[in-house]
Amino acid sequence: MSTTLEPQVGGTPRSRRLGDHLVRVAEAATTPYLPADFLDLFAPLRSGADLRGRIESIHPETADAATIVIRPGADWAGHVPGQYLRIGIDVDGVRQWRAYSLTHGPRRDGRISITVKAVPEGLVSNHLVHEARPGTVVHLEQAAGEFVLPPAGGKFLMVTAGSGITPVIGMLRNLFPSTDEGVLRLPRSAMHDIVVVHVAPSHPHSIFIRDLEALDAAGAIRLVARYDDEHGVLDVDHLADLVPDLAERATLACGPAGLLDALAAHHDVHGLSLTTEQFRTARVEPGDGGTVSFASGTTLELDGATPILDAAESAGMLMPSGCRMGICMGCVLPLREGSVRDLRNGAITTAVPGESGAIKVQTCINAAAGPCHIDH
Amino acid sequence: MTTVQKKAVLGQANPIAHLTDADIEQLGHELDAIRQDVLDSRGASDAAYIRKVIDTQRKLELGSRAVLLFSAFPPAWVLGTLGLSVSKILDNMEIGHNILHGQWDWMRDPKIHSSTWEWDMASPAEQWKHSHNELHHTYTNVIGKDNDLGYGIMRVDEDQPWTPSSLAQPVFCFINAVFFEYGIAAYDLELGSVIAKKQTKDPDFRRRAKQVLNKIRKQATKDYVVHPALSIPTGSFLPTLAANFTANVVRNLWSNSVILCGHFPEGVETFEKRSIDGETKGEWYVRQMLGSANISGSKALHLMTGNLSHQIEHHLFPDLPSNRYAEIAPKVQALFEKYDLTYCARPMPQQVASAWHKVIRLSLPNGWMATTNKKNAPQQLAILYKMATGDRRTRRLLGRKLESESRALGKAA
Repeated sequence: MSTTLEPQVGGTPRSRRLGDHLVRVAEAATTPYLPADFLDLFAPLRSGADLRGRIESIHPETADAATIVIRPGADWAGHVPGQYLRIGIDVDGVRQWRAYSLTHGPRRDGRISITVKAVPEGLVSNHLVHEARPGTVVHLEQAAGEFVLPPAGGKFLMVTAGSGITPVIGMLRNLFPSTDEGVLRLPRSAMHDIVVVHVAPSHPHSIFIRDLEALDAAGAIRLVARYDDEHGVLDVDHLADLVPDLAERATLACGPAGLLDALAAHHDVHGLSLTTEQFRTARVEPGDGGTVSFASGTTLELDGATPILDAAESAGMLMPSGCRMGICMGCVLPLREGSVRDLRNGAITTAVPGESGAIKVQTCINAAAGPCHIDH
Repeated sequence: MTTVQKKAVLGQANPIAHLTDADIEQLGHELDAIRQDVLDSRGASDAAYIRKVIDTQRKLELGSRAVLLFSAFPPAWVLGTLGLSVSKILDNMEIGHNILHGQWDWMRDPKIHSSTWEWDMASPAEQWKHSHNELHHTYTNVIGKDNDLGYGIMRVDEDQPWTPSSLAQPVFCFINAVFFEYGIAAYDLELGSVIAKKQTKDPDFRRRAKQVLNKIRKQATKDYVVHPALSIPTGSFLPTLAANFTANVVRNLWSNSVILCGHFPEGVETFEKRSIDGETKGEWYVRQMLGSANISGSKALHLMTGNLSHQIEHHLFPDLPSNRYAEIAPKVQALFEKYDLTYCARPMPQQVASAWHKVIRLSLPNGWMATTNKKNAPQQLAILYKMATGDRRTRRLLGRKLESESRALGKAA
């Protein structure tokens, strides 16, 4: 039997009551705003604020990739190498959310870093690599993700492709810190036997390849690098040729959907364990019309010309509405996933779960542009 | 003022008679193109603008309230009251009004979004959005539909019958200006019509009334209890209370004036209910163009009016960021000229005077002001007295006489 004691927060009950009173007075003095709205003007990274961070420095890794070092707010709860972070940054004035792997193990200076590869058409990745400046305040969520190494150690195979190396580099840097004296071999890392199969279009286009090569040279890991231009595209059926003891290893993979699907099929056939991580969810190209599903359970088949509001109302749904001409914002609902088209000018709005988050859209002037899900 | 539709019947100059359906459609396309230009170039500098204004307003409020902690010292009272007045005006006009219009929703910043914003004002944002965005902006200047025309209590058009109570209109209008925020709250609540229809027990009305009372209580606690109490150590309880009251009244008078300037000056057109049945987008645009008036002036004036000095541009494109109205104004004005329409823009003192002139003119029977001069003033006052005290028949007869005299005067001129 065990007894759990409630942790003491903020001193005696009496001083806590006084604190509550002070908070109430502060709220009464700042209404309709919150005291936090004023504190945010001066200390956006303070404890108790929404979690934010400030970009401290940006280091180019390759021509189109960079590591962004961020000082997180006081309430940052830390992370385990391999986990990822959701970051919200304003690009052309619009808040965009994306997930990136944390590429350092917990650092002594409390900073965190992400490494971003600018992908073609990638709004946020291009901004972070090429436009972002130190000093910018970004919005953060606490680290998340199950893609981590068991602390007990073991034999692992890491299959990474392109920027899929980022969560893995976080784990490796934590296990084998690189210093001026070379790669450190810490006692806690002795139990980890790691092979990395890294796939990239070419050697110069490979982020972190120098780190991987240094770890390989120091004997910390075994690196099998496969470049499309040298070795051809990796065929997962030949994985056992590259890693003879494949069957003894637990596989962790991070990369594009095609590779992960192929690995899943391969490992399934051979009865091997596989943990995967993928950031970019499959995107549906915006089309003309589509199935609109609502949180209430209603599903409607819509054409590309009917406003979602009109269609939902004809189907008997109770919808918020206003001017019905796109000016009053009385009809906005969160679009959780999918694309809608503004019937006035054809502009497409796309919500991707885990990236953009839900986007509030005006249902009176937007039609379905592909399958979408609306929270209502 | 007579509705555009009646003007046509009465043979008065109808400002849109020369426009064909094709013209109006083409005009609509040209306005759409102006809107699209702004949407295409909307970006980081616009976002930086609204954040800067919010940041400035909050620091100004903090600073002014800090100075007012010492308001027993007269210079501190003056400085603090001035700062707080400006801060409240910025909060209501350039920040609150425009955010609640959804002008900044595109930034996807949950803290600066029409669905989450609240403002320093008696009317809760949610209720104001309904009466303002849905009703006023959709039915702009349509008699009987747009309650902003006289807030449902004033005589705003010659076609509305004159009654003796109309005489009190200027006084009433002034009291409304002083306590404007409460007037707006009552108006958003549709208090007048709810009482008239005896619907005060309606649960939905009860819920909304409670919301308003809650908001008023919080606002009043802040301005009239908490901050004065915080000033007690310097013996400034009453001076701070007076300062906050003054700042609220200054804000009320200012916003009331700006709003009067938007739709009330002479030269602004009104429309009949029937005329908007099956209205096209182009026709809607034309109604907004003729139903609004601008205030010309400096950048500081535009900021302090929340860019409602560009009321015409705002009514055409209520969801465009306010900092862009100045830039599109010349393009909009060029369209007015191209389609031979009158772009109503004057400096603020003139627009305010024009609006008040109209309030006073309409508080009197039709034609009374036009037919009155220094010489006949005693007789005219006697007529007014008879109309105010007489029965409906007397009023009708004397009213007709005044109208025909004023028409005769008009023809002679």
